[in-house]
Amino acid sequence: MANMSLKKVKMDEQDPNLRNKNFLEVALGYTLEEAIEEANRCIECKHSPCKNGCPVNIQIPEFIHAIKNGDIEEAYSIVTDDNGLPAICGRVCPQENQCEGRCVRAIKGESVGIGRLERFVADWHMANAKDKKVEIKKKTEKVAIVGSGPASLSCAADLAKYGYDVTMFEALHELGGVLMYGIPEFRLPKDLVQKEINQVLNLGVKVEKNVIIGKSLDIEDLFEDGFKAVFIGSGAGLPRFMNVPGEDLNGVYSSNEFLTRVNLMKAYDFPNNHTPVRLGDIVAVIGGGNVAMDAARTAKRLGAKEVHVIYRRSMEELPARQEEIHHAIEEEIQFDLLRNPVEVLGEDTIVKGIRVIKMELGEPDESGRRRPVPIKGSEYIMDVDNVIIAIGQTPNPLLINTTKELKTNNRGCIMVNEETMETTMKNVYAGGDAVTGAATVILAMGAGKQAAKSIHNKLVFDSRK
Amino acid sequence: MYKIVEKEVLNSVVQKMVIEAPFVSRKCEPGQFIILRIEEGGERIPLTIMDFDRDAKTVTIVFQVLGHTTSILATKKVGDELLDFVGPLGKATELHNHKRVLGIAGGVGSAPLYPQLKKLSELGVEVDVIIGGRTDELVILGDEFAKFCKNVYYATNDGSKGTKGFVTDVLVDLLNKGEQYEEVITIGPLIMMKAVVSVTKPLNIATGVSMNPIMIDGTGMCGGCRVTVGGETKFACVDGPDFDGLLVDFDMAMNRQTYYKEEESHICKMDDKRKEGVNNG
Ligand SMILES: Cc1cc2nc3c(=O)[nH]c(=O)nc-3n(C[C@H](O)[C@H](O)[C@H](O)COP(=O)(O)OP(=O)(O)OC[C@H]3O[C@@H](n4cnc5c(N)ncnc54)[C@H](O)[C@@H]3O)c2cc1C
Ligand SMILES: Cc1cc2nc3c(=O)[nH]c(=O)nc-3n(C[C@H](O)[C@H](O)[C@H](O)COP(=O)(O)OP(=O)(O)OC[C@H]3O[C@@H](n4cnc5c(N)ncnc54)[C@H](O)[C@@H]3O)c2cc1C
Ligand code: SF4
Ligand code: SF4
Ligand code: FES
Repeated sequence: MANMSLKKVKMDEQDPNLRNKNFLEVALGYTLEEAIEEANRCIECKHSPCKNGCPVNIQIPEFIHAIKNGDIEEAYSIVTDDNGLPAICGRVCPQENQCEGRCVRAIKGESVGIGRLERFVADWHMANAKDKKVEIKKKTEKVAIVGSGPASLSCAADLAKYGYDVTMFEALHELGGVLMYGIPEFRLPKDLVQKEINQVLNLGVKVEKNVIIGKSLDIEDLFEDGFKAVFIGSGAGLPRFMNVPGEDLNGVYSSNEFLTRVNLMKAYDFPNNHTPVRLGDIVAVIGGGNVAMDAARTAKRLGAKEVHVIYRRSMEELPARQEEIHHAIEEEIQFDLLRNPVEVLGEDTIVKGIRVIKMELGEPDESGRRRPVPIKGSEYIMDVDNVIIAIGQTPNPLLINTTKELKTNNRGCIMVNEETMETTMKNVYAGGDAVTGAATVILAMGAGKQAAKSIHNKLVFDSRK
Repeated sequence: MYKIVEKEVLNSVVQKMVIEAPFVSRKCEPGQFIILRIEEGGERIPLTIMDFDRDAKTVTIVFQVLGHTTSILATKKVGDELLDFVGPLGKATELHNHKRVLGIAGGVGSAPLYPQLKKLSELGVEVDVIIGGRTDELVILGDEFAKFCKNVYYATNDGSKGTKGFVTDVLVDLLNKGEQYEEVITIGPLIMMKAVVSVTKPLNIATGVSMNPIMIDGTGMCGGCRVTVGGETKFACVDGPDFDGLLVDFDMAMNRQTYYKEEESHICKMDDKRKEGVNNG
């Protein structure tokens, strides 16, 4: 029985006024009944446009069909044919621009909750199913993977499935990249990320943490050590600053430092965890993307009384996902739009305020969005105790600087052949944020899978020579 | 896991440890450092690589007990293992082939200075060193430096060893006597490096310093370790830790180092309570 409701089946959420004081997940997920009810909204279109909207082309109507039949394990197996990290993607994909954006049900009413269903299937599997030991015919060739974010995880998983002897080298003490140190617990619980990572490790992928490629070892060393190919998924970890006076005052954080202290080092649990994070009553977050929303909502949860998001364009141009903006507003985050910081002010070396200038929207710029222009004489001072800068990240130059053969574009992104993901260095492939600049989890995963396929083709070809 | 294979107590607050760390020992050079985490929940702290043995796959660190993490580290014994130990981080020191170089170390700064001066002397540079500390007991590695330094001078606040006063008193004295150095390399507390630069800058003597801001990742990802050098923002963990001392903004660096004072002393008071608890129980 098709469910012709124009709205998605509602998903329970923690009350905004409770959740803005804790780090537990905001959205609570569907029950089996709710999932089946939502699945019944899918009319299983023959041409299924939703599939083309998904960067890894999950067989969407097929897995939803299995949910309708109550066969969740079957649904899980269909999803994971194309996506090894469904619990993660179901939660953080910008579905409205991807799968759900193309759903025919969205022409009139809301799209099918594809992301929510994907999440349900993954959570159900983790809670109820035993992992089967997969039999893989092993090959002898070794492949090295740099980093352990979504690009690297999906590349490693696919290569392991082909049978290669895969080792993942990670600079930090935890695997997962931004999934672990960037996206907060209340949006993406870390034990769940760990479980999906464990699925990859169960395929036989080896791990060396605390190894920085370009410092501990160079790419040449990897080839010397017998690796036949290398995949680079080193992400876009370099924080941008604003280059305004006062940026080095105590109390100014990059979003990376702030979120790393809280997520990776668990500063919300200081002093049980030993890394502190210092936050006053009034916090200004600069920027308007997902990272800014995460920083603002995290600051609120750490006890800030007032959190302001300062963004230089208007509400329409905010690049963050709709759902995140909506959640932030519910959690009493304030939006100071059409504003730009010109100076951070301090007293005794500590942030005391921020001088902002009002902006108005002028002619459209290259990006097609209307360019914000400062309004002369409109500067004023806001009292704040902290400033968190979330205006974007670029690829970390550490590895590129020590590997001359790797060519990058003018934005510092590693150049690849877009079909094969091969870099300018022989048998070295790259993908994810290191290639595109800061993007999304699912695009990084897609790139990792594509590279795995090319590496496989290349190594098969090489072995025949 | 990274095993402690040797440990030596150098004085009441400074210890030396040799750690098994094959991925660090393989390529490290003088001037680089590591970041370690002792156990789950622990802080990541940076320490300079004092020495290394590529064959034995080990790295030597020397640390001063300052706060929480270094106190825990001091309780670790030979055979114990550290959870995380990542490196080598930072740039290797650029050693210049000068005729004559003066090293100036304060407290535990002797440890990171040691491999740099040693390498310089191996390159044929004539090296002198001034070692300072609050009192005789806290002056370390004098005998080791004496093996290759032409002159080893000491300065202690209480006069228990060498000149009574600061390392800069000795420096000013040497320069007044007409001693000529093409470069000064100084490692120690920020306040000391700042004082050294205040002497060398007017004379335009090239001065290398080693910055030690609070760090987290050590890979250029968090930006917490930023220092201002010649008006530009640099990340000490990837652009340093060594910088041109004549260009460093020391006041800003000193300010940034104090931001977490309260939390540091809070967690240390908990340590004291815990220790009391152990003693009483
Ligand atoms: C706060 C925040 C919120 C976000 N929210 C969303 C969201 O809601 N939805 C979404 O789709 N995307 C979101 N993103 C973007 C998404 O997380 C990234 O696009 C994605 O993680 C990129 O994956 P990656 O594998 O390319 O790199 P990363 O996840 O950045 O992983 C790179 C890994 O490589 C390691 N590494 C780097 N250099 C080296 C080296 N030399 N040697 C060894 N290891 C190295 C790093 O330590 C890191 O672990 C968000 C990002 C942030 C920061
Ligand atoms: C590149 C570099 C090389 C260093 N080399 C040495 C060395 O060879 N031997 C040595 O004894 N010390 C060295 N230090 C300093 C050492 O890291 C600190 O003494 C140590 O982190 C103190 O930790 P704690 O928990 O015991 O003390 P805390 O009570 O936490 O802090 C005491 C003081 O240490 C500094 N500090 C605290 N946390 C950090 C951190 N995460 N990163 C950096 N500094 C911090 C602050 O100035 C603080 O005021 C180095 C620092 C840097 C940045
Ligand atoms: S992976 Fe992302 S885009 Fe693809 S179906 Fe799932 S939620 Fe949609
Ligand atoms: S477009 Fe929407 S309704 Fe059609 S198959 Fe895809 S999810 Fe189902
Ligand atoms: S320690 Fe994070 S950028 Fe240097």
